[in-house]
Amino acid sequence: RAVSPGSWFELGSCTKGARVFSLRDLDFGDSPAQACFQWGGLVGWFVFQVALLDIDICGPSIPKMMGLEGEQVHQSGSGWSPVYVEENLGVMSVGFLLSSPDDAVIWRGPKKNGLIKQFLRDVDWGEIDYLIVDTPPGTSDEHLSIVQYLSAAHIDGAVIITTPQEVSLQDVRKEINFCHKVKLPIIGVVENMSGFICPKCKNESQIFPPTTGGAEKMCQNLNVSLLGKVPLDPQIGRSCDKGQSFLSEAPESPATSSYRNIIQRIQEYCDQHPFQEEKII
Amino acid sequence: RSNLAGVRHILLVLSGKGGVGKSTIATELALSLRHSGKKVGILDVDLCGPSIPRMFRAQDNDVHQCDSGWVPVFVDQDKSISLMSIGFLLEKPDDAVVWRGPKKNALIKQFVADVAWGDLDFLIVDTPPGTSDEHISTVEALRPYKPLGAILVTTPQAVSVGDVRRELTFCKKTGLRVLGIVENMSGFVCPHCSECTNIFSKGGGEELAKHAGVPFLGCVPLDPQLSQSLEEGRDFIQEFPKSSAFPALAHITQQILDGTLQRSS
Repeated sequence: RAVSPGSWFELGSCTKGARVFSLRDLDFGDSPAQACFQWGGLVGWFVFQVALLDIDICGPSIPKMMGLEGEQVHQSGSGWSPVYVEENLGVMSVGFLLSSPDDAVIWRGPKKNGLIKQFLRDVDWGEIDYLIVDTPPGTSDEHLSIVQYLSAAHIDGAVIITTPQEVSLQDVRKEINFCHKVKLPIIGVVENMSGFICPKCKNESQIFPPTTGGAEKMCQNLNVSLLGKVPLDPQIGRSCDKGQSFLSEAPESPATSSYRNIIQRIQEYCDQHPFQEEKII
Repeated sequence: RSNLAGVRHILLVLSGKGGVGKSTIATELALSLRHSGKKVGILDVDLCGPSIPRMFRAQDNDVHQCDSGWVPVFVDQDKSISLMSIGFLLEKPDDAVVWRGPKKNALIKQFVADVAWGDLDFLIVDTPPGTSDEHISTVEALRPYKPLGAILVTTPQAVSVGDVRRELTFCKKTGLRVLGIVENMSGFVCPHCSECTNIFSKGGGEELAKHAGVPFLGCVPLDPQLSQSLEEGRDFIQEFPKSSAFPALAHITQQILDGTLQRSS
């Protein structure tokens, strides 16, 4: 993987030439599938060095989903050390800085922005291939700040998560408009909680009905790629609560194959849109 | 005379995370309160992702001005439910509201001060997820009007419950009473074979309520009829009294009503 020197150095000890993309979702922020999606992705990219940055300052879920609750961030000469799930997967979240699970981060924008900057500048990520940023719902401080702070470093693009109903899609359209506004490329949309197959009778139910055609129709209308649909699977929630990797716990689940396809499509996107070194130097 | 002087009770709906059903609970609570003969307003302070207008099929309405301020959008002829949301102020429904804190705070102050609600039994405030600008500003702006308290919505999984623990701390720190916790998306009964599957686990909300010493208001199951009604902006409480989510919602509403009786006596 090409490692290019350049603007990353402005971010201090941060990575060189990493692939950066942000996972943003609006409505369905707590969808357990989402973080599994991430972790699954990371395991899938076994040969890569991956960093996961959680900028959901008021509701960090990543530590729990990764089985890292109670871990602390250590300080070294080169900055804060991320918490490692595996040798090639480092995580940073405000969750590691809180002393109790009851601690609330009651902060207005400027303080949140300050911490995000610190996460980028002061964390010793080492050399990484992919930096995945998990964002809170919305189009506000955190989103503007991460795009702004990473602008010199080249963000590969955003993966947008939705559920099938119009109440969720209407927010996602706003998110797509946000991406256009700040010139953030869109890798594609993932439709989560897409149908549920009863484990007993194997019949499918649309718990969150796609009354306006779901993500598929929206993607067609807005000319954005649909990366895939992930069905509801009770095992996903269980894996997240236990901090286990859903992809290795349930290799046979239809949700697993859907995740794998999505991960592959993201990788393909990144490979087809290579890092343009000349622009940076 | 302040625009909130005719409002008897103010309730906030809070949760730590997105997508757990705050707007759903706010909407259904308003519909059930109307069913009990109450006049209800909903103030949607989720500025980046307003869901309330669509859930009442009111998204094409505009906000008008009158002498005492902004006129809320009424969803019916009887004016029994009135709404205010940024969704009514956008030129195009897909416009993104790309605002940092200070702008959001200014609009929230305006929503609290300038909407001519008239006389209401309940004003339900639907919030975005988190414990940040919108929440601090809303609680500060509403403090002089002594809100009744907050309803905390969670889904049953540990990841969602974890965020509600932080929300409880927020309530404690800001002196907001917790009326209780609602566990949403709690189990799904297969319409084909009646088997109940706990898609997002079960019992997390109740356990947290016990642990934190706050009332547990009830479990609302996943119900496709409920999602469908919200999509189409129909009155679920009126149309689906036999559905699985109905008794749960009715029970939650009853507890809120009982709570207000206790307070006024």
